[in-house]
Amino acid sequence: MAKSIDVSDVNIYYGDFKAVEDVSMTIKAKSVTAFIGPSGCGKSTFLRTLNRMHEVIPGARVEGKIVVDGQSLYGSSVDPVEVRRRIGMVFQRPNPFPTMSIYDNVLAGNRLNSKKLRKSESDAIVEKALRGANLWTEVKDRLGKPGMGLSGGQQQRLCIARAIAVQPEVLLMDEPCSALDPISTAAIEDLIHELKSDYTIVIVTHNMQQAARVSDDTGFFNLKAAGQPGHLVEFNPTKQMFTNPDNPDTEAYISGRFG
Amino acid sequence: MSAVDLDADTGLRNGSFSHVSLPRYASLLVVVIALALSALLVLLLGWNWVACPVVAAVLTVIALPLWSAAVENRRKAVDRLVTSLVWCALLVALVPLVWVLAQTVVKGAPELTGSFLTHDMTQKLDPTTFKMLPGAGVAHALVGTLLVTLGATIISVPIGLMTAVYLVEYGRGKLIARWTTLLVDVMTGIPSIVAGLFALALFTVISGVGTRFGLMGSIALSLLMIPTVVRSAEEMMRLVPNDLREASYALGVPKWRTIVKMVIPTAFGGIITGVMLAVSRVIGETAPLLVAIGSLDVMNTNLFSGRMQTLPVYILNEYKKSTPHDYDLAWAGALLLILIVMILNLIARIVGKIFAPKTGR
Repeated sequence: MAKSIDVSDVNIYYGDFKAVEDVSMTIKAKSVTAFIGPSGCGKSTFLRTLNRMHEVIPGARVEGKIVVDGQSLYGSSVDPVEVRRRIGMVFQRPNPFPTMSIYDNVLAGNRLNSKKLRKSESDAIVEKALRGANLWTEVKDRLGKPGMGLSGGQQQRLCIARAIAVQPEVLLMDEPCSALDPISTAAIEDLIHELKSDYTIVIVTHNMQQAARVSDDTGFFNLKAAGQPGHLVEFNPTKQMFTNPDNPDTEAYISGRFG
Repeated sequence: MSAVDLDADTGLRNGSFSHVSLPRYASLLVVVIALALSALLVLLLGWNWVACPVVAAVLTVIALPLWSAAVENRRKAVDRLVTSLVWCALLVALVPLVWVLAQTVVKGAPELTGSFLTHDMTQKLDPTTFKMLPGAGVAHALVGTLLVTLGATIISVPIGLMTAVYLVEYGRGKLIARWTTLLVDVMTGIPSIVAGLFALALFTVISGVGTRFGLMGSIALSLLMIPTVVRSAEEMMRLVPNDLREASYALGVPKWRTIVKMVIPTAFGGIITGVMLAVSRVIGETAPLLVAIGSLDVMNTNLFSGRMQTLPVYILNEYKKSTPHDYDLAWAGALLLILIVMILNLIARIVGKIFAPKTGR
């Protein structure tokens, strides 16, 4: 199921402003790829182009080629809705749907698309997704309660369960732990390790230790100067990145000598 | 007090954190004394009793801060001055409200009987005296008001809601959206009689001079309702966090389903409250209904043909007849109208509570 992603010569714009320029990389299937870099360097923007969430913002557009499993994401006949259905996303802040129960939140991807499900089927999907997100034992007795009643870390895992309930091929995570405490963060990192066997995972993080802990490959984004577009400085296996990076800027950033 | 060394500015004992302060019942005491004094003054000088609370309020506003300034410090005196002023403002604001409500209940309640609610104004023959008795009922007006307002709601809610959806979800920053917002704002301010004249003119063109039927009133009222519905629905939908929309898109949900199944349900409580407020606003409109539907003494339940009676117009008619009994009927009609608005507001609150996003455990 999991797919690899080939990115070549991608430029990303907000209106006339070029936010990210000239990114090329290959994201391997069934692996975790982390993006690190200072704030505003375009990591999140780039992540959002991988499932066409970028264009939800008015005036945003993308040049270049992103190919998932042989299919170009930005071809003229590609339906962005179908892309998002197969490339799921988890956001920085936990955002369960406030009107829905835990159960309905997990099923939201199916329910909102009006997929007809028998009770036994939906029960199975909910249990599988919640188990997949390591949340089942904590919430199995209160599936009917509102999702907003959970703690922040549980809400985030609920959002991951919601994302994997539609069985995507790729899972994008935009700083999924930045609003969480260390224990919840550890729970989600464990989860990422487990999910790796089924999904291609791309994660943006500000936490370099986290990138080192969870990822197989790491991309370092940076800005030349304020107001300049962000660019990919280095993309290498995580081990090499944290021990012997090719680029001196990467080493400066990782060792904390950077701005 | 002179034994203690006080700081002139703060009223603190030098080097201490504790204050000299007025007893806790000071404000109450001052108010009671002020009331007693002003009552005495009114009695002695033979003024109208209305002067009593006014004089008492003035006395309190002057005396309490002065007492506080003498015993406590400057900050506390200012606090007491402003607190008394705020209380006075609150009471002044409450007086007309309570007065109107009390007056309506006192004058209207005796007439608000089962017979009043179930009869229209058809004349009746008294079997013993063989005189024609004027009718004394509101049923036709009650039914008419409910039907006309229901019609207005059915017209306004879809139009208003869809306009709001366009403004929030599709039209951001577009010229047509800005013009729509401007026109909605202008429409909020149109005099209600203009709406009535518009409906009248519209149907004069369509079906000739002298046309009067209930739906014309509904259309006139919907002109007044739509801006309110658009405004409130727009505000409520803007409050739905963008995070939730993105979460929905990221699950592969198309935009229209996101709006129908996520944005509107999340904002539903607020939208219902807005609709109910809009209904409460138009249900008491007299002028447009008088112009567009006219008035009738018997029951007519057909919105599409013939004049109808509505509560506000009923109240106006009874008032114009100028007999004591008709005044009482007018008050009873007014009480009924207030009750309907109150019930609608209660329903709105309950529905709003039920559909509000749940945050509890």
